[in-house]
Formats: sequence, C-alpha cells, structure tokens
Amino acid sequence: MDVRAQVSMVFHLDKCIGCHTCSISCKNIWTDRRGTEYMWFNNVETKPGTGYPTQWENQDKYKGGWEAKGGTVKLRSTSKAKYLPNIFHHPHMPTMDDYYEPWTYRYDNLFNAPAGDDQPIARAVSMVTGEPMEIKAGPNWDDDLGGSPIYASNDVNLKGLPEETRQQLSALERLVFFYFPRICNHCLNPACVASCPSGALYKRGEDGIVLINQKVCRAWRSCVAACPYKKTYFNWSTGKSEKCLLCYPRLETGQAPACFHSCVGRIRYLGLLFYDADRIKEVASLPDDKIVEGQRDLILDPFDPEVIAGAKKNGMTDEFIEYAQRSPVYKFVKVWKIALPPHLEYRTMPMLFYVPPLLPVLGSTDNDIYSSKTKPEEVFHKFDEMRIPMEYMANLFSVGNVDLMKYTLKKLMAVRVFKRAQTVGDIEMATALEALHAADTTEEEAEAIYRMTSLPTFSQRFVIPPLHREMAVEAYKDPADFKKSVGFGFTEAPKRGL
Amino acid sequence: MPSLLAQAEPLFINLDSVLFVGLPYAAIVLFLYATIRRYVSSKFSYSSYSSQFLENRKLFYASAPWHFGIIALFFGHLLGFLIPREILWWNSVPARLYVIELSALIFAILALVGLVAALHRRATSPRIRVVTSKMDIVILLLLLVQVVDGIWIALFHRWGSSWFAGIMAPYLWSLFKFSPDITAVREMPFAIKLHVVGAFVILAVFPFTRLVHLLVLPLSYLWRLPQQVIWNRDRRAKQP
Repeated sequence: MDVRAQVSMVFHLDKCIGCHTCSISCKNIWTDRRGTEYMWFNNVETKPGTGYPTQWENQDKYKGGWEAKGGTVKLRSTSKAKYLPNIFHHPHMPTMDDYYEPWTYRYDNLFNAPAGDDQPIARAVSMVTGEPMEIKAGPNWDDDLGGSPIYASNDVNLKGLPEETRQQLSALERLVFFYFPRICNHCLNPACVASCPSGALYKRGEDGIVLINQKVCRAWRSCVAACPYKKTYFNWSTGKSEKCLLCYPRLETGQAPACFHSCVGRIRYLGLLFYDADRIKEVASLPDDKIVEGQRDLILDPFDPEVIAGAKKNGMTDEFIEYAQRSPVYKFVKVWKIALPPHLEYRTMPMLFYVPPLLPVLGSTDNDIYSSKTKPEEVFHKFDEMRIPMEYMANLFSVGNVDLMKYTLKKLMAVRVFKRAQTVGDIEMATALEALHAADTTEEEAEAIYRMTSLPTFSQRFVIPPLHREMAVEAYKDPADFKKSVGFGFTEAPKRGL
Repeated sequence: MPSLLAQAEPLFINLDSVLFVGLPYAAIVLFLYATIRRYVSSKFSYSSYSSQFLENRKLFYASAPWHFGIIALFFGHLLGFLIPREILWWNSVPARLYVIELSALIFAILALVGLVAALHRRATSPRIRVVTSKMDIVILLLLLVQVVDGIWIALFHRWGSSWFAGIMAPYLWSLFKFSPDITAVREMPFAIKLHVVGAFVILAVFPFTRLVHLLVLPLSYLWRLPQQVIWNRDRRAKQP
C-alpha cells in the first residue's frame, strides 16, 4: 500500500445557481492574458447541453481518455508507436473553432465616433486578430438551454436513450436543466500526463495537483487531445499548454481556490482523500460496471491504523492525517456515498466529485395540467418519472449504472423527507424513517448530510491542512536562488519566441 | 607592399575562403553559443510554437509533407557525409543510383510542397499572421531558397548522391578536422555553392528561430513510464 493524499473537491449540484462567479474569479486571476482569453480553467455548463468545447464528451470525435484493452488501459489519442509520426500534425487536436474565438468590443468608438446621423456602435472584434468578427459561439453559448433544439438535443449523454424520452426533454412542460461546473479533475491516472512527449506534465506527490512545467512544454499538443474533459488548454500566444492549477499558490498560503472562495451557492467542498497509489492501474482497468465501486475502494479510510502508518511512511504529518479525517469530501464520497465522479468511463480516475441534483422530481403533468400533488413520501415511486431521465444522470456520473444513481438520489430524497417530517410535519415521522431505511441511511447520517449540505461554515467546507511549502521546497533550496523570482518561479517573461 | 597583399589575398580577401571557410566556422560557433545560451537563459522559449490550434486544415498540407520530406533529406545528406564510400559502392549499379536519386527528388518535392503550403498559410490565414514573427518568415524563405536550389541541383547537376560523396563529404570532413580544403568546392557551379552557403546560413540563424524545437525532440517518451509524480519534499525525510 502506497498511501498518498489528494486535494479533492465535491460539487453539490443542487446548490449551484449557475451564476458563473467561479468562472469569472478564476479568469481574473489566471486567464486574462493574451493567448488565454478563450480558456476557462473553470466553466459552468448547462446540462443537457453540448458544453465547452462543443461536445467535449464525444470521445469518438476528440479521442480523449483511456480505453480498457486486454486487462490494461491505453490512451485513445496517442501511443509510443504513433506519437512521433503524429507530432507534425496531431490528428485529434481540437482547434479554436471547437471552443470559440474570443472577442471584445470597440468601446472607444462609442466616445470617439465622429458626429453623424446614426448612433455609434461598439463592434465586436476578435481578440486574436483584432479584426471585426461575427460572434458565433461562446463558452456558455447554450446557457439555460439557450438554442436547445441545436444544443441540448445534441448532448452526448443522451446517447442510448429512447427517442420518446429525448422528445419529452424538449417538451415545454417538462423542460429541465441543471448546472455543471467543471475544473480540472486532477485525476489519479491523468491522460494528459501520460500523453506528454516532453514529460512536462506531472502530478504532485504531496497533494495530487496536476501541473504543467512551462519550461519543459514544447507545444506538442498531446495533452490537449488526450484530456477527455478538455481541461488542458493551448496558449496560442506563448505556444505552451496551460491548465487549472487548483490555485496551488493560494492553497500553499492557506487560502481557498478562487472558484471555491467566490462560490455564491457555497456548493463546493474541499478536503483531503487518501488513496492507494499501488492500485491505480488495476482499478482504471476494471470493467465499466465495477469501476465506480472500484474507485471508492481505492480511497482509503484515514482512521485505519494501517493507512495512518502508510501515510506517515510517505512523509505525512499528524496534522495532515487529522485534516484527512475531518475531510468533508471523504464523507460525501466514501461514508455517505452520495458524491460521484464525472465520466469515470474515461478511466482517468477523476478526483473531483459531484452530488447529483434532485431537480424537480415531483413536478409533472397530469392530463396536461402541471401538477405537484405527488406526496413527498411517494417520491421513491416517482424516480422513473423524473423529468430528467435517470439514464442521462447515470451516463454523466455513474458510467451508465442506473442503480448506483438511484441509490444516490434516493438517499438525498430520504434526507429531505426526513427533515420535512421533522421541521414542517406534514409527513408522518414513521414514513420518513421508513424512507431513510429504504434509502440505506439512518437518522444520524441524514442529520449529518443535512448539516453538511445546508449549514456548513467555511471551515467545514474548506478542510485543507497547511501545505508547508516552507518545509518542502524552501527548506532545501538556497533562498538566494529565488531572489528575483516571481510567479511561476522564474523571471523569464512568458512571451512568444526569443 | 603589393607582394604582401598578394600573399594575403587567398586567405583574407578571397570570397571563396570567406564563404567556405569563414562562414562555416562562424556559423558553427554561433550555432553552438546561441543554442546553449538560449537553452540556459531562455528555456521557456524552446518550443515548436505549433499553430495547429488556430488553423488545422492547411497545417496538415504544410507540416506533414515538409517534415517527412526534410527529415528524409537530412538523413540522406548525413549518410553521404558519414559513409561516402558505401554510398559510392551503392551507386556503382545504375539501377540503385536511380532509386536513391528518385526517392531523394520525391522527398525534396514533398518538402517544397510543404514549404509553399506553409508560406501560403502564413500569408492567407488572418489568425496565423498574428503569431508569425519576422524570424518565421526569414527561416521559411531561407529554407525555400535552399530546397528550390536543392531540386535544381538534383535535376541539372547529376548525380548528386555520387559527387556529394566524392567532393562534398571530403570538404565537410576537412572542416571538422580543422584543415579546411576548398580546392574542390571553389570549382563547383553556382547552384551548388549557393546550397553550401545556404546550409551554413541556416545553421547560423537556427538558434534564433523556432527551429530549436528539433533539438528538444522528445525521444525519451519512448521509454518513460506513463505517469509522472514529483515530490516537492523528500517523502522519507524526517518530520520535525
């Protein structure tokens, strides 16, 4: 057993209001430079929808992630045999048109236009060429189901759903959507790292953050093609790839990541997970129906003495272990089992988890009349009538495993029924307890889930120990080496060319 | 005085000496100094500066033929330099000579197609113009001259693979042995002289262009493990 720690996040999707504040705070810090205008290390998608870049989940097109083959996993986009012949022109590289061409407006024209008969306008101009352009797409172009016949109906997760169910999704009375905030998943088996010919990408041992060494990146573009979540981006100006760094400079100084800190709905939880690094490959190669459970098994119990001993062997302090024991992420993922990884079938072992949204499971139409008459205690019978098909949610979060998705949603619903019985009282407590039992949970657990969902303080959502950079890098290096360093650690201006 | 000048002339004023002795050494020194200096002081700038992200379709018709063509030609020239005797032996049978000449010509045409496509792409794609530097244009034009000249030589000064082994390889070796002998080279036709000069000019500007990417060709991927983990801290180090 090789016990390692991962800084891991849970997104509670029921709480996400789709305000994009996370995206904006991230952009203001990291990607407002030339060449990065189109990048959104954090973006929020409306689901069902095609997302950003368009249809990123369509791996027949993008060839991201791994496939299981003969008891092991292989990258879809590249291999040791293929990478050199493909290095001149990567066959699976997405282009700017798959994302969008960034633009701004000629605002100064509003003030400086000569007097005339018409109102001056601020024309859209490309942030790449500076030429006037017609805006055709943006990072959240299908926000709130905008243009749904084109976008939502082309959601890759609808694959395999019967035509009737697909039709219902666009029926006005049944319209439904939820928000899906996405950052880099800081995977255990990252395809970006495995694909980089230069070896510029790496995972940090101490906290599992996946980073790109800007000095080693040579623009071979493999990581962009290999990441199934399309969360490594190519800076067209500097000729280097960039990605979400989980705000490690903030984490190392005890601050929460920008997306986390600015989250209006407080949907995010950040904590440690211990995992067994020896078994990553084995779990990544599991068949589709076993892989979600397999990943849960990979996450270790921080109270287990054997795990604690292993953690200490890998240099973790008592403080680190204590924080891992208090991790909200551990509770959501492993104890309560209500948080699931996105698209585990890509086999990168993503280490960010989502509490799936309940959405309006109650509302439906009865003889063409909108009805919310269904009693909460009947809700379990209503899962098959959910506005959003269970199969859809399962395709997104549980590798198509509907039972696993039902288990999760049932528990979330049982907690609601229980709390309603307790606080509103229009449901019999006996019914509520029965619901809890049916959902494989207890009063104590339901109460804990409720408190962590509805009433957590900042310090309960953000449980990251001091990362002690002063005892890591700084302790062993001559401070004089870094005397003039800034930012990424070198003073060389990140500009294109010599 | 006049007699002294006459003595000095072959070494210092003669154009051939400048082009075939002075230029090669200057180019090699500049190449070594500037590539190393750039690698040490500006490692961030070592990149292939791919623009595939901005323009994908035209790049295929530029980059793929160019690279496959020029790599084959590079190794062809290298073989002529390293094993001239074996090349001459191979060429002693006309059929084998034609194979080598014809394949070289095909690769050269591939390279030319790629270059023309690359120049066309840089000229016509507005996005690509934004990421085109002066040195990109300089090196593209230099390479174009070199490739066109190479094709000219292949067509009109036959058979290059044989006389390269007989004349150019000894000349290049004489440079490397620090006893430059230009007696044969200075008698060559203009096109061939231009090709030699072009090669050293390209070598000289090499470190100032995006060509540095071929010095960092990522061969280590062939044997490295898929995943890379870096520990900031020595994980077995004693904790305070």
